[in-house]
Amino acid sequence: MFPYLALAAILFSIGIYGVMTRRNVIGILMSLELMFNAVNINLVTFNKFIIADGLSGQLFAVFVIVVAAAEAVVGLAIVLLIYRNWRGIKSDYVNVMKW
Amino acid sequence: MEFQLPPYSLKMMLPELFLFGWALVVIAFDLVSGRKKESAVGYLTLAGILIAGGLLAFTGYGRGFGNMFFNDPMARFFKIIFLGAAFMAVGSSFGVLKERVRNHRGEYLGLILFSTVGMMFLASSQELLSLYIGLELTTIPLFVLAAFYKDNKLSVEAGIKYFVVGAFSSALLLYGISFLYGMAGTTDIIQMKINLAITHLTFKSIGMTLVIAVVTMLAGIGFKLGLPPFHQWVPDVYEGSPTPVAAFLSIGSKAAGLVAFAKIFVNGLSAFFGPEMLPNDWGQLVAIMAILAMVLGNTVAIWQTNIKRMLGYSSIAQAGYIMIGMVAMNVYGLSSVAYYMFAYMFANMGAFAIVTIFEDKTESTQISSYRGLSKSEPALSLILSIFLLSLAGIPPLAGFMAKYYVFAAAVEKASSPNGVTWLYWLVGVGLLTSVFSLYYYVNVIKQMYFSREDSPYKIPVSAPALAVIVICLIGVILFGIWPEPILQFAKDIPASFGFLAR
Repeated sequence: MFPYLALAAILFSIGIYGVMTRRNVIGILMSLELMFNAVNINLVTFNKFIIADGLSGQLFAVFVIVVAAAEAVVGLAIVLLIYRNWRGIKSDYVNVMKW
Repeated sequence: MEFQLPPYSLKMMLPELFLFGWALVVIAFDLVSGRKKESAVGYLTLAGILIAGGLLAFTGYGRGFGNMFFNDPMARFFKIIFLGAAFMAVGSSFGVLKERVRNHRGEYLGLILFSTVGMMFLASSQELLSLYIGLELTTIPLFVLAAFYKDNKLSVEAGIKYFVVGAFSSALLLYGISFLYGMAGTTDIIQMKINLAITHLTFKSIGMTLVIAVVTMLAGIGFKLGLPPFHQWVPDVYEGSPTPVAAFLSIGSKAAGLVAFAKIFVNGLSAFFGPEMLPNDWGQLVAIMAILAMVLGNTVAIWQTNIKRMLGYSSIAQAGYIMIGMVAMNVYGLSSVAYYMFAYMFANMGAFAIVTIFEDKTESTQISSYRGLSKSEPALSLILSIFLLSLAGIPPLAGFMAKYYVFAAAVEKASSPNGVTWLYWLVGVGLLTSVFSLYYYVNVIKQMYFSREDSPYKIPVSAPALAVIVICLIGVILFGIWPEPILQFAKDIPASFGFLAR
C-alpha cells in the first residue's frame, strides 16, 4: 500500500508546487488536475487495501473525476476571458488589485 | 450476490429538487420571453425562492438514501439562511439585471439558484461524498458569477483568483478526506466517528495520518471561510465581482464553509478526543486562525478606501468571531454560531444592498463618494448606519446579541470544571478587536453625516431592493431586541450532534 500512497503524495506535492510557481494560467489548471488525480490514487488505494468489500472509494474517485472535469470547463472559460481582456494568459497580467 | 438498495425518500429533498427545477425554468423563461419584460424573470426567481422556503416548512426531520441525505435542525436552520441570502441577493440585483447583465439574466439568476441548491444539499449531507458534491455545486456556479462582467478586468481577475483558490482548497480538502476515508474505512460521518474512536482506544495514539488529514482539511476549509493565512483572495474577489454576487458570497459561501466545518470537525472528529470533548488539538489550530482573522481583518480594514473591499476585510474578521463559537464546542457553541450567522445575514445583506443601489446610480464604490449623503438621502444613510453599527456590534442591534452569545459560549466553556483557560485569551482578543472594528464602520457614517459637502446623488430605490432593505432592517432591529425565537430554534442544533444540555 505504501508505494501507492507515496506516489499520490509526490503527485500532490508536484501539483501544489505547480500551482504556486507556474506563470501560465493553463499550467496552473494542469497542476490542479494533478492534485485531484493524487486524491483519486489515494481513494482507490485505500479501497483496495483497507476496505476489502464495497466500492465506496472507487465510487468516490469517479465522482471526483466528474467534478474535476466540470471545474476544468469553468476554469478554461475564465482563461478565455483573460485572453480576451489582456491578449495573453500569463498570471502576471491578472494583477490589478493589491492589498 | 445479493444487493439491497438503501431506503430512499425523495420527499425529504423536495425543496432542493423544486429549486433545481425552478432554476431550469428561470433559464428557459429568459430564453422564450424575448427579453421584453425586463424584471419579470427576476420576480420569477424571487417567487421560486419563496416557494422553496414554504416547502422547507413542510419537510420534516429524517433521513433518506442511507445517511447521504439527513434533515436535522441544523440543516433546516442553515437552509433558511441560504434561501434568505439568495432572496436578498436576487432582490438587490434588479438594477444590475437592467444594466450590466441584461443579455444574460437567465444564466445569472439560474446560477445563483444552482449555487443555493448546492448549499442546501451540503447542509443536509451526513456523509463525505455528498458533502463534497454539495460543496462543489456551491462553488462552481460562484466562479462563473464572480467573473460575470466579461469585459471588466476587475471582474475577470476576481473570477480567476476565486477559481484557482477554490479548486486548490477543494483539492486540499479532498486529500484530507481521502486519508479520513482510509482510516475510518467508511464515508459515513457517524460511522467514521465510531470507527475512529475504536481505533484510538485500541492503539492509544493519534497517528501521523490523522494529523495530515486534519491539517489539510483545515487548510481547505480555511480557504473557503477566508481565515488567515488563507484569506488573500477575499478582498480581491469581493471588490472585483458584481456587488450582489459579493453579498451572496459573503453569506452563502461562508455559511456553507461553516456547515462543512461543523460536519467534519465538530461532529466527525469530536468523539475522537474523549468523552468530555475538550477543544484540543485542532481546536488550538483553529483558535490561532481565529485570532489572526480578528486582528488582521480588523486592522487592515482601517486603511481601505473601497467600501466593498472594506466589507471584505470585515467579513474576514467576522469569520474569526464565528470560529470562537466553533472552538467552544459546547452546547452553546453551535447554537451561538447559527445565531451569529443569522444576524450577520441581515446586517451584511442590508449593507451590500445599499452599496449595490448606490453603485447602480453612481458607478462608484469608493467610501469618499458617500460624502454628505445624509443631506440628499437621509433615510438611506440612516439605514446604512444601522447596518454598519450592527456589524460593529452595537446594542440593541442583532450584531451585538450575536457577538454576546458567541463570547458567552466561549466563557462558559473556559469556566467549566475541566476548563480550557486559553479560551479566555480568545475572548479577550475578540473584545479588543471589536473596538478597532468600530473605527472603520463609523468612518463611513462620519463621511455621510459630518462632511461639509453636499452629495450630488439622489438614489432611486426599486421595489425589490426596498423590500430587501426593509426586511434586513426589521431583522437587525427585531432580533436584536427579541432574539428568543431564533435562539429557541438554534438550541435544537447541538442536540443532533450529540451535545446535550446540562
